[in-house]
Amino acid sequence: MIYLDNAATSWPKPPEVLKAMTDVLEHAGGNPGRSGHRLSIAAAREIYDAREDIARFFHSPDPLRVIFSNNATHAINLALKGLVKPGDHVVTTSMEHNAVMRPLRSMEKQGINLTIVQCASDGSIDIKDVAKAVKPRTRLMVTTHASNVAGTILPVSQIASIAHKAGTLLLVDAAQTAGVESINVQDMGIDLLAFTGHKELQGPPGIGGLIIADTVDLSKFEPLIQGGTGSRSESEEQPDDLPDKLEGGTANLIGIAGLRAGIRWITNKGIESNHAHFKKLTQELIEGLSCLPGVKIYGTLDSERSVAVVSFSIAGKTVSEIGLQLDEEYDILCRVGLHCAPAAHRTVGSFPSGTVRLAPGLFTTMADIHTTIKSIEKIIKT
Amino acid sequence: MMKYGIVLFHTTSAVMRAEKLLLKERVSIKLIPTPREFSSDCGIALRFEWNQHEQVKSVLNNADVEIAAIHQM
Repeated sequence: MIYLDNAATSWPKPPEVLKAMTDVLEHAGGNPGRSGHRLSIAAAREIYDAREDIARFFHSPDPLRVIFSNNATHAINLALKGLVKPGDHVVTTSMEHNAVMRPLRSMEKQGINLTIVQCASDGSIDIKDVAKAVKPRTRLMVTTHASNVAGTILPVSQIASIAHKAGTLLLVDAAQTAGVESINVQDMGIDLLAFTGHKELQGPPGIGGLIIADTVDLSKFEPLIQGGTGSRSESEEQPDDLPDKLEGGTANLIGIAGLRAGIRWITNKGIESNHAHFKKLTQELIEGLSCLPGVKIYGTLDSERSVAVVSFSIAGKTVSEIGLQLDEEYDILCRVGLHCAPAAHRTVGSFPSGTVRLAPGLFTTMADIHTTIKSIEKIIKT
Repeated sequence: MMKYGIVLFHTTSAVMRAEKLLLKERVSIKLIPTPREFSSDCGIALRFEWNQHEQVKSVLNNADVEIAAIHQM
C-alpha cells in the first residue's frame, strides 16, 4: 500500500509515538495536576514538559502561552472567537481552509466585517493586495501558511509586517507546515499560531494547539469554553492565568504525550533533512505528472514554493473515479474532491469538480512516487 | 527533627516550572498534595527543607514564577 494522504492525517506514526501514548496512560494516568498524588503529578509533568518542547520547537519564549486544543480548527476558533467582536474587521485570503472560512462566515452574520484577499490561480498572493485590504477597524489578519489544496506557501513574514504596521495582529494556520517548514514565531512576527498534531508533527488525531505571543493582550482574550482548571478552585469565575484561562476541562494527556514524542522524533531526524525529503519527492511528482497527457496540475509547480501537496485533474475523467481506481487497482490512497476548502478550489479554478490530491509523508519513498506516476499513466490509458 | 517549608501556587503549570527550576539548582524538594491547614488554589504544593528557604525564594523570584505563599510547616 502507498499512503499519499498525509496532508489529511500522516500515517504511519513513528513507533515512538505509539509507545509514548501507552506509557503515559500506564505510568502517569492521573488527572493532570488536579489531585496531588503521584499519578496526577506525573501527568501534570508530562503536559508541562510538552509545553516547553512545543514552545522551543516554534521558538516561542513562554511555555505557558502554549494552549492545547483538539486540532488546528479548534485553535483557530479559539483565536477568532476570543479576540474578534462585532464591528471589528478581519482580513483573510481566498486560499483558506474551512477551518478559517466557516467560523469567519458565521461571525460575519453576527456583525464582523470580512475582506477576503483574492489570490492568483497558482495560489500565491500579491502582498500589495493585502496592504490595500487593511481598514481602521481591522482587528486581525488570518492566513494559511500553506494551502492544503495547491500546496502554495504564503509569505507569512510579509503579511505580519503589514499587520503590525496597521497596529493589528496576525493569526497563522500552520496545519500544513508545522513539522515541515521551519517556523520561528518571533522572527516571522506571528502573533497567534494554530497547529495540529496529526499531520507532519507525527502525533495522533485530536491534539493541536495555539501559541500566543506576548503582543496579544490577554485581558481582551475571551475563552471559548469555561470550566475546571485545578487552579483558583475557590472561584466560580474562569481564572486569568495562562494556560488555564483558555484550557477549561481535563486535557488530552495521551494526545499530548503522542504529539510530544512526534516532535522529538522529527527533531532527532533533523528538520532540514525532512524538509529536503519533502522537496525532492514533491518535485519528482510534479515533473512526472507534467509529462502525462491530459493532466493539469494546480499550484506553483515549484516544490521550493510549496509544501508536499500536489493536486491535479485528468481531462475526461472525474476525480472520484481516479481516486477509486488508485485505491482498488493500484493500492494507492489519496484524497479527491474539495478538501474542505471550496474558496481555495475556486481560486485555483478546480471548483466544483475538485482535484486528486497526492500528499507524500516522511515514510514515503522515491520508489512509491515512481509507482504512483506509472499507475496514473496506466489510468490515463484505460 | 527536619523542619520543612511549603510553597503554595495558583496554577499547576507554576508548580511544574518551580519543580524543574529547583531540581536544576539541586534543591531537595518534593511535590505533595496541598496540606489541609493551608488554603490553596492548587492541589499540588512544593515541600522543601526549611534551611533552604532563602535559596528557594531567590530561585523562584529570579525566574518570575508566580507563587501564592510560602509557609513554614
